[in-house]
Amino acid sequence: MESLDLELDEGHLELPAEPMRLMMGPSHPAMHGTVRCIVDLSGETILKVDVQIGYLHRGFEKMCERGTWAQVFPYVDRLNYVSPMLNNVGYALAVEKMCGIVVPDRCQWYRMVLGELARISDHLTCDGAMAMELGAFTPYLWLIKAREMIWDVLEEETGARLTHSFGRIGGMAKPPTAQFKSLVRHSVSSVLRIVDESEKMLLKNRIFIDRLENVGLISAADAISLAWTGPILRATGVAYDIRKTQPYLKYDEVDFDVPVGTKGDTLDRFLVRLAEIRQSARIIEQCLVRMADEGPVNVDDPRVMLPEKESVYGTIEGTIQHFKLIMEGAKVPKGEVYSYTEAGNGELGFYLVSDGSGTPARVRIRPPAFTNTSGLSQLLEGRMISDIVPIFGSINMIGGECDH
Amino acid sequence: MSKAVLQKLQATFGAAILETHSQFGDDTAVVEPSHWLAIATFLRDDPACAFEMMSDLCGVDRLDVTPRFEVVIHLNSLSKGHRIRLKTRVGDEDGEGAQVASLVGLWKTANWLEREAFDMFGITFQTHPDLRRILMYPEFVGYPLRKDYPAEKTQPLVAYRTEEEAGVPLDKQAPFGPHEGMSFARNDFTKRAEDAN
Amino acid sequence: MNAPLKSVTLDGNQNGFATTKLDALLGWARKWSLFKYPFVTACCGMEFMALTSPRFDGTARFGAEAPRFSPRQSDLLWVVGTISQRQAPVLKRIYEQMMEPKWVLGFGTCASSGGFYDNYTTVAGIDKIIPCDVYVPGCPPRPEAVIDGLMLLQDKIATGDRTPRIVKPRFDPAQGHQEQLVQLRTKGVIDGGAK
Ligand code: SF4
Repeated sequence: MESLDLELDEGHLELPAEPMRLMMGPSHPAMHGTVRCIVDLSGETILKVDVQIGYLHRGFEKMCERGTWAQVFPYVDRLNYVSPMLNNVGYALAVEKMCGIVVPDRCQWYRMVLGELARISDHLTCDGAMAMELGAFTPYLWLIKAREMIWDVLEEETGARLTHSFGRIGGMAKPPTAQFKSLVRHSVSSVLRIVDESEKMLLKNRIFIDRLENVGLISAADAISLAWTGPILRATGVAYDIRKTQPYLKYDEVDFDVPVGTKGDTLDRFLVRLAEIRQSARIIEQCLVRMADEGPVNVDDPRVMLPEKESVYGTIEGTIQHFKLIMEGAKVPKGEVYSYTEAGNGELGFYLVSDGSGTPARVRIRPPAFTNTSGLSQLLEGRMISDIVPIFGSINMIGGECDH
Repeated sequence: MSKAVLQKLQATFGAAILETHSQFGDDTAVVEPSHWLAIATFLRDDPACAFEMMSDLCGVDRLDVTPRFEVVIHLNSLSKGHRIRLKTRVGDEDGEGAQVASLVGLWKTANWLEREAFDMFGITFQTHPDLRRILMYPEFVGYPLRKDYPAEKTQPLVAYRTEEEAGVPLDKQAPFGPHEGMSFARNDFTKRAEDAN
Repeated sequence: MNAPLKSVTLDGNQNGFATTKLDALLGWARKWSLFKYPFVTACCGMEFMALTSPRFDGTARFGAEAPRFSPRQSDLLWVVGTISQRQAPVLKRIYEQMMEPKWVLGFGTCASSGGFYDNYTTVAGIDKIIPCDVYVPGCPPRPEAVIDGLMLLQDKIATGDRTPRIVKPRFDPAQGHQEQLVQLRTKGVIDGGAK
């Protein structure tokens, strides 16, 4: 800041109106550790923001060009680490689109259930963290407890709490466990109870509402021009959900609503997420009813699927096939594809270019958080500095995804 | 569905559309870089196309092919429910002269996406209002996603500690010995304290 | 509490008595009142949230709950997540701003060694930049492992040991612990979760 020793007339009480430049982050509790905002302030009003990202750039796209197609799975897990399963499924669908593979029905339902569980955990985390940053600690603890219940199911299914790496090209790593359905039903119903309670607690809180309502308004046209997708686009009133408009898996066969907001403010974004948790629960219930208890999960396609362990150890063909798939990777036809799914934050696209070999030529991810965050400065300009926290929280910027 | 869009593009721009294809159900048009902005404007504003949203913009490095880089955008029309991929090819073997018009005036999201493509590939977007690095730091030299940039080549901003400073061999700092650091080996500490006394 | 507080008998010309005792006392006090600075960057942060929240309650039980977002008020730096080259100067600055005595806990494989991001943008472990006291491997580590790491750190503080330590699994399947693992699995989570 400039020093204040300007020459002032006596009696002239105007204070010097130099804008103050404040660096927020990257290590700032409200900045999730990975964003830096350079804010020009006049008093408490924000004149101009420069949002700098890239503090969590981990070279995802470069790393993908070094392994096989299947070795990308662990990396996509760590892009959106709040809902890794949706990324797994998204990437698997992209490669399958290239190979012309359609996974069996049972697997499609299975993927949907796991994906919706991940979506619930994403929204729980986002809403919980937002509440915490505004000082409401109890709902945060409750929602994290609820998330823990979802993770229990996912851990039981996949063996990992957070980074599952569970997708495979042409199926899933393992079929559903025997108690899968009962576990899911049990935990989803407890989660819904907790969500109800937290909602009551937050939405009756005057301070909470006041800090969210009419903060961070954006029009639908602006949001579209910024390529916003997902809950934050729906909060502006645009009912665009890829699960409805361009259904993949079996989303066209289940019945669910797309919650939309009215004004596009921070409160709307918060409420849309809460409503989506309930819709996800509805989808999960329908999937569980329709998912068969028996039947194959993986496609029977030796081009991409590893053979059974028995045949690997027992037969020479199995060994060779296993060796080739592991060492050279599954061959993906030459060409390029753009496949998109609805992830926790919006449209998760994978643009893949294959040169026909076992190694991707280019894996481009279209991370929803990146485009969503690019609109941040527009939301912040003209607001007060205290509004940064709820607005930033409601965008749900996920560092791994945003910074690739 | 967006075949119609491709036909329309070909009818309107003729030779500026270098090729079209519809692999895996994705309709693609490769266009002349000089017509990049005009074609994009047409796609956004023509009522039958109405691509209100630019989902993605990225670069692709096709080392050993000239022009070397592809700039790829994916457009999405919410109202019509169709999508299209538009590509253009720029740059010589060394990555020089990779220039294309900026689309920031059409879609706001192009701002960051173009900065990213610039950062990763060194593709310049003319008339971009604020073309600087976005993911990497300004001191970084080179363009990491180019195929000829070695993946492991780091350019540290702070000097790594030397062995003297650390007092331990640097590549063996974490004690990976069989008996060290086991959670139950904490007893060692207590024992050592006792021995010392 | 099994802090190594021991009365020591000294003969006349030894004068180390007071310092030994004070060190031990200080160590004991410090290990139960760690003020943390969470330097949370990446996916491990999700586990960090889980660690501090009700189910595991992994920091409050060890007197390490209160976060201080000013480095000058904290003495335990949790480095949670990947440190990129761009982030490195920030981390270093924060470490330097902390007051002595200070400890560093590397949470997760990325903080410990860079993890599987071996590329142009990632620092291969925070020990390339700042000293690290306890490494907790895992991608992300389970909260139980982190609690082990915290206890390890407490012991280190109590004894004044500054050599880097690493948390290892309690049950290692490769070392004939299968039986315990099977028992854990059959009696634990599954029935407990469904009730
Ligand atoms: S160790 Fe794994 S989970 Fe933790 S930050 Fe690194 S990649 Fe993410």
